[in-house]
Amino acid sequence: MTHTIDSEFTSLPYTQLGQAALKRLAELGASYSDFRFERVRTQAIAVRDLAVERSVDGATVGYGIRAIVGGVWGFAAGIEVSEEAVLACAVQAVAVARAVAVLEAETVEQVPEPVHQDSYVSDYQVDPFSIAESDKIDFFMKVNQKVMDSGLVQHVDFSYMGVKEHKYFASSEGSQITQQRVRLQANFDVSRIDEATGAYDTMRSTAAPVGRGWEYVTDGYDFMKAAEDIPQLLVDKMAAPSVEPGRYDLVIDPTNLFLTIHESVAHATEFDRVLGYEANYAGTSFATLDKLGKLQYGSPIMHVVADRLTINGLSSVGYDDEGVAAQQWDIIKDGILVGYQLNRQMAGKLGLERSNGCAFADAYNHVPIQRMPNVSLQPATEDTTTDDLIAKVRRGIYIVGDKSWSIDMQRYNFQFTGQRFYEIRDGKIVGQLKDVAYQATTTEFWNSMEAVGGKSTYILGGAFNCGKGQPGQVAPVSHGAPSALFRNINILNTTKEGAA
Amino acid sequence: MMPADQLIEQLLALSKTDGLQVIVQDTTSMNLRWANNTPTTNGQTTNREVVIIAHDGKRVGTTTHTNLALSDLETALRVSEATARTSAEAEDYEPLLAPSQMPGEDWRAPAGELSASVLGDFAKKLRVGIDTAKASDTLLFGFAEQAVSTVYLGTSAGQRLRHEQWRGQIEITAKSPDFKRSAWAGSAASRLDQIDLTPLLGKLAKRLDWSKTSIELPAGLYETILEPSAVADLLIYAYWTTMARDADEGRTVYSKKTGGSRIGETLGAKGATLYSDPAEPGLGVAPFQVAGASSSAGSVFDNGAALARTSWLTDGVLTNLIRPRFWAHQTKTEPQPYIDNLIFPAEGQDLDELIAGTKRGLLVTCLWYIREVDPSRLLLTGLTRDGVFLIEDGQVKGAVSNYRFNMSPIEMLAQIKTIGQSEATLAREWGDYFAFSKMPPLVISDFNMSSISQAR
Repeated sequence: MTHTIDSEFTSLPYTQLGQAALKRLAELGASYSDFRFERVRTQAIAVRDLAVERSVDGATVGYGIRAIVGGVWGFAAGIEVSEEAVLACAVQAVAVARAVAVLEAETVEQVPEPVHQDSYVSDYQVDPFSIAESDKIDFFMKVNQKVMDSGLVQHVDFSYMGVKEHKYFASSEGSQITQQRVRLQANFDVSRIDEATGAYDTMRSTAAPVGRGWEYVTDGYDFMKAAEDIPQLLVDKMAAPSVEPGRYDLVIDPTNLFLTIHESVAHATEFDRVLGYEANYAGTSFATLDKLGKLQYGSPIMHVVADRLTINGLSSVGYDDEGVAAQQWDIIKDGILVGYQLNRQMAGKLGLERSNGCAFADAYNHVPIQRMPNVSLQPATEDTTTDDLIAKVRRGIYIVGDKSWSIDMQRYNFQFTGQRFYEIRDGKIVGQLKDVAYQATTTEFWNSMEAVGGKSTYILGGAFNCGKGQPGQVAPVSHGAPSALFRNINILNTTKEGAA
Repeated sequence: MMPADQLIEQLLALSKTDGLQVIVQDTTSMNLRWANNTPTTNGQTTNREVVIIAHDGKRVGTTTHTNLALSDLETALRVSEATARTSAEAEDYEPLLAPSQMPGEDWRAPAGELSASVLGDFAKKLRVGIDTAKASDTLLFGFAEQAVSTVYLGTSAGQRLRHEQWRGQIEITAKSPDFKRSAWAGSAASRLDQIDLTPLLGKLAKRLDWSKTSIELPAGLYETILEPSAVADLLIYAYWTTMARDADEGRTVYSKKTGGSRIGETLGAKGATLYSDPAEPGLGVAPFQVAGASSSAGSVFDNGAALARTSWLTDGVLTNLIRPRFWAHQTKTEPQPYIDNLIFPAEGQDLDELIAGTKRGLLVTCLWYIREVDPSRLLLTGLTRDGVFLIEDGQVKGAVSNYRFNMSPIEMLAQIKTIGQSEATLAREWGDYFAFSKMPPLVISDFNMSSISQAR
């Protein structure tokens, strides 16, 4: 369905404010400047058992002004929607650049980008903000009631977040871009306490956060089916054998693998990390520039594509927050590291003529920094199913759903758990296991990938709140993945870790 | 922009439902970020958050906004009121609190403002540090911020409360040009200009020097000195899970296997004490509760509740859990609001003395990417970062690799061998969300380093 940009946004005076700010910045000596005006609506609902814990509807309106003065970036942000306030903010941005100039900064240079005057609306059918709050809560209550009707679990927590993001971007180079994006995430957690032993565990539904509208809740992920299945799956998991630690072959479902891609591939190929920009916070990367075109990141079947174009992708846009048009490119091809994620400043440092459009600011009052595009592992051309992959395993584990995740500051060592772990013996699933975590080093893990599933196994997973930057920013991003087979991966028993 | 107190009074005057709460938080901040000895992103921002919580019987409707023009006030209020009328009854309903007699700040005082010179003054100091670093072939990366946030709470029950919170923060990572040696130091105080760069830079230089010797050491259980930042990150996480309701329902490490919570149980070593106090010198926080939305950590119906020093853990014994009024009533216990600081009081040895007293062990500067693996034990995983050193016979022998750890901070409390001297602490990972803590270095007898990380 084709939507137009909401009149609630287009009626705001951002064009005149933006042009006034850019004019003033030029007068103040800025060699480049941009003005970003944002309106972001959010709705967060939490239903705990059969009661609403919270429901909050939010609207944020503000603007950020960025300028290069004397070769140094300055930035200021404000919320008062008036020309007087915007012009004062422009003066502040210049003052910031001048204050920082004492540090004898490296001169900022940006690669060129064609001028764009355009608008973009993301692909969704039903605006989640058009659905009454009471109707949403009714639906979540029904899901929770279905879970509680099982009589197998004691608690269920449903959480929902919907976002509608509007941005206007204008630059001193002449670009003027207006965009509207919609996204949501919804999931429920089921908790069971074994009253005989006091043992406690949880299991969560595996709905992906998506760049879609309310139709994902009603017709995308089957929440009622999940509500019917998960209580028994949790009972089975708690009764399952505790895993014997050691080396196993793994078949990893895309509901889990998307997060491994996010942490060990997507973050590692952010060029700002390679340059050291995140050394004090998110970290650097082992995938340094000297390895570009050489590093055998994974096995030859590994093909990872980055883009800001995927339909319903959380990172999909028309243009990034520097006015660069959305693109697609390879990150890993035939298992070799071949690409990075860039903004206009970093593209020049890599010797490229154009940015691939990875600048993003999560709010009006944050500076656009290099953030992640959609980064996806490509499926096999033949239609290999998950069952086909499981059939190749003599002793292994099939892992479904993401849970705990952690990776080091250079993206070498990671550890992930999951929602469910199915034991594989002689090519067949024989039941669940519990207390499982897999731990590996990035290149060792991806080089152990023997096979990927076909398109029928491919799912677009994602994260709503990927953190980076100081002050901290969060970004939504999608990762497509097929099921995949990995050989000889280290499995921990979490009950034996750190036990006194 | 309309002064916050006036905005709140106007909204309260327009209210048409049974009750209304308005929270306004005005924040101004300046920050400077740098990498490879040169600035990257930096700026000055102004923000206002207005939270309108309309009450209709036991129902509430909540909307949040950045800035509200006078003409938008009534529209925003009516949306909250309409939502309140159609929403379900709140499980945590309690009557709004009447004004307490706590000594408060001047309700009509304007929001705190930063001096325009903050950024420039800091940049000049940093220039000296960077020049020194360049002279010793060292790269500095870091972040400095000064923020002031003023919160106003007004309710139809007569609450008129204001709190002005200042916070300054500096973090610096120092690296050798090949990125193979790395060290971190950080500090937080109410004012950025109270933080002296000199000792931070001195600590970094000393640790980069220690790192010139590299030692291979396998993963395993090690006696480990956790520096205050690492202790803070583990214990702040533990504090964030001290919700009475979750514990009473059997969902956390604070749940008794036979039902109910573990209050009264000994969890840690003698001397392991944790408390929160809004009046803690140098680490003070708002002396009243203010929540924009309900959660197990706090209920909007409790807004304005006076906060006082609260002990969570005393000499290793669990003494209290965070408990909103509605849950206290349901469980016939006392309410216990969340407080936004955490103190581990201790007057033990300083870090140098702890190192000198260690026969063989590790020294860990800080932790990163801490995530929960098993809530029933509060098993956490994460990594050491920017400085892990081997100590032998009271001397630092050199740097070892980073490690992935799997460790429960609650089980760790029972493995405390020595408690050092507390100091105001910046938690490396959680400091952005939890600014005020005071922690000692701890010597842990068997800290579980699960595997080696190649990160440098």
